[in-house]
Amino acid sequence: MPANTTPCAPLLDVSGATVRFGGIHALTEADFTIAKGSVTALIGPNGAGKTTMLNAITGMVPLAGGAITLDGTDIAGLPPQKRAAAGVVRTFQNLEVFTSMSVLENVMTGRHALTRYSITASLLRTPGFRRAERACRDAAMDCLEFVGLAEAADTPAGDLPYGKQRLLEMARALAAEPKLLLLDEPAAGLNSKETAQLGDLIRAVCDRRNVTVGLVEHDMELVMAVSDHITVLHFGRPLAAGTPDAIQANPDVIKAYLGEDD
Amino acid sequence: MFAGAPQYIVSGLTQGAAYGLIGLGFTMIFNTTGIINFAQGEFVMLGGMLSVCLSVAGLPLPLAIVAACLATAVIGGLMERLAIRPLAGAPPVNAVIITIGVSILLRGGAMLAFGKDTLALPAFSGVKPILAFGAAIQPQSLWVLAVTLALLAALKLFFTATIQGKAMLACACQKKAASLVGISVARMALLSFAISGLIGATAGAILAPITMTAYDVGMMLGLKGFAACILGGLGNPFGAAAGGLILGILESFGAGYVSSGYKDAFAFIVLLLLLFVKPSGLFGKAGVERV
Amino acid sequence: MKRPVIGQSVVQAGLFLLLLLAVPAALPNEYYLSICILGSLNAVIAVGLNLLMGYAGQVSLGHAAFYGLGAYATAIATTRFGLPIPVGMAAGVTLAAAVAWIVAAPTLRLKGNYLAMATLGFGIIISIVFNEAVDLTGGPSGYVGIPRLALFGYTFESDRSYYTLMAVVLALVVLVALHLMKSRTGRALRALHVSEKAASSLGIDIAAHKRFVFVLSAALAGLAGVLYAHYLSFIAPASFGFSFSVQLVVMVVLGGMASVWGSVAGAFFLTALPEALREFEDIDILVYGAILVLTIMFLPDGLAGGLKRLGRKLRRVGVDHAG
Repeated sequence: MPANTTPCAPLLDVSGATVRFGGIHALTEADFTIAKGSVTALIGPNGAGKTTMLNAITGMVPLAGGAITLDGTDIAGLPPQKRAAAGVVRTFQNLEVFTSMSVLENVMTGRHALTRYSITASLLRTPGFRRAERACRDAAMDCLEFVGLAEAADTPAGDLPYGKQRLLEMARALAAEPKLLLLDEPAAGLNSKETAQLGDLIRAVCDRRNVTVGLVEHDMELVMAVSDHITVLHFGRPLAAGTPDAIQANPDVIKAYLGEDD
Repeated sequence: MFAGAPQYIVSGLTQGAAYGLIGLGFTMIFNTTGIINFAQGEFVMLGGMLSVCLSVAGLPLPLAIVAACLATAVIGGLMERLAIRPLAGAPPVNAVIITIGVSILLRGGAMLAFGKDTLALPAFSGVKPILAFGAAIQPQSLWVLAVTLALLAALKLFFTATIQGKAMLACACQKKAASLVGISVARMALLSFAISGLIGATAGAILAPITMTAYDVGMMLGLKGFAACILGGLGNPFGAAAGGLILGILESFGAGYVSSGYKDAFAFIVLLLLLFVKPSGLFGKAGVERV
Repeated sequence: MKRPVIGQSVVQAGLFLLLLLAVPAALPNEYYLSICILGSLNAVIAVGLNLLMGYAGQVSLGHAAFYGLGAYATAIATTRFGLPIPVGMAAGVTLAAAVAWIVAAPTLRLKGNYLAMATLGFGIIISIVFNEAVDLTGGPSGYVGIPRLALFGYTFESDRSYYTLMAVVLALVVLVALHLMKSRTGRALRALHVSEKAASSLGIDIAAHKRFVFVLSAALAGLAGVLYAHYLSFIAPASFGFSFSVQLVVMVVLGGMASVWGSVAGAFFLTALPEALREFEDIDILVYGAILVLTIMFLPDGLAGGLKRLGRKLRRVGVDHAG
């Protein structure tokens, strides 16, 4: 079904989003759309409000104004866990891996909302429970294989090296079968080889798993390589939006980035 | 309706000043080490008990008190060295359990050394009440308030005018940064335990003439001190002092107008309601969480 | 891959039950049996508290209150109101769970030391009520004349029979805890312990899960309280105060956070320790404190962690010898 939809139909539509911390405007009437089936990047100089935008979309900071719709449904009023159930799942800039659990358990946790059985069923180990747990485990293993971590399934997640923890977060988010996967600086702390692999993986998420991707990232090489569409934020306001080529040629964007080495 | 209010305020302030000092001790240790020291109440007990025993042994009262406070400071330092420091790297809850263990040790030791009797310290300057504002004020109450104020002023001076004090504040703000600029976090931890011992013991000594003392008074006093610093907002030393005063007054009014049996319950109910409304205490900053 | 019909946890809990049932044969007299009964009661509470503290990461310094609520509720229901014992027991567990449910919403929003303070304050308020509501609870001198447990026409008259009951109850509680932790609920609780942000971003309702585990652990404490009251037939507020709350936390930490077996070990260890120290007479409390400090110092991950490491070392030695 997602493959047939026109690429320009917006999956996520943020319009006029305003977020304030005390007196500071972190976002001012910012618009941001992500087309279904695309990889859309959100870029901008430090402090432009990129992570705040992700937090607003996932319900982790309150909106002072504006609207957020996913697939046409208003999600702005929902708490984070309901937005996740509605199909928006994210990763974190500062890793938030469940370090006390195994790699596989981390990913199985990602399927929390999709694994349905009562607590009584889990206590009695009913056939329904066993079936649901097996399905959960299989789906989680599939996600681990997809990101290339299947070998490490039983390793304690805290023991994974940094780069692999990033992959684990991605597998965990994918396990939730999101409509929209939001990645917050997934290349931070990765070396160039790992970054290139990450780029391939992001494209595969979009093309092979049919998951729309929203990407906040500093690494311009990665952004330009994987994105279908780019939105630029500057001081909490949208500055430009367009294809990678158009953005690279946009004089406003060049000006905003001037003096910033990336 | 408000009959006796001035009296309740006076007794509340007296008791509250002591709670504030105990809370201050909690805050000192929490700020440098991140540990809630459940042995804090035992420092208070030691201050009172040692003062009584040394004065009974023939030392003049002021000297006995000073010696008791210094001895407790040393015990505080030893506690950090022997029981807390070897734990570095373990989860904080382990350190808290260690402080519970140490409090059992101190209580047990005090019971062996001083016996199970309730002891009294003579009031510092007689017991002839002073009548003012419609209340009879015990001279000892004035002592408690004066010593508390003096200690607060001394601490303020310590934090703002001495290099050690500033280093300690730096530790509280940013442990890593502090160690980067050459502050020994371990030494600050030692110092904070010693100072907490000193403050706790002082509270115990000045309170002992009013409430008497025994080997087992530490736990309840420690709880009140913990409540005081939570009420004020954990990490803020002067918030803890203010929290203590508020707690003391709440208790005193609770005992006067509600019932003496329920006075502690009354204070804790107000504390809980406050926490529900302001989850990080009265003067605590709401934690800004970065996502 | 075909899974066995009887799960690993069932086998473990079954073996544990057999072990518990074998214990009385090794005991010299009835006195030790009563310590074992108290140990199992404490283990029931500790396992529940560990679900809350060790797995979900929410401290409670007031769990003795739920233990007391269970005990007093059944005591009052069965004597003053003359209700049948099963009804009293149900009332005890329900009261503990209901109070926990009410307290949970505002309390579990607090974090860390503020949560510790709130639960501590709650525990103290309840224990003051036990002391002061003399008409209802008998006050500080206690509540007497609670009937010995009788279910379905069978009275658990002897300590031996009561111990057998406790062994079954404890094994069942352990099984519930093991099964719960190996399910989506268990994963959600462990997840929110590490990162509430990440957990909620994956669709986990943090508040609902915290409340669930709080109520469950309170209900288990209430169950232990009910069984305690019908065992001793006498209860007093001193058993349900702050000291006992702290002791419960120590059982969990000493046993090993996030280890069901650790909590069982911690509970039995701390219940038996004071009895074992009786011969030291006056200095028993000193030795108790010292053992507590030293255990945490040398076993930072508790008895469970220590045993695990010992097992690993032994295995390595075995391998070395074999090779």
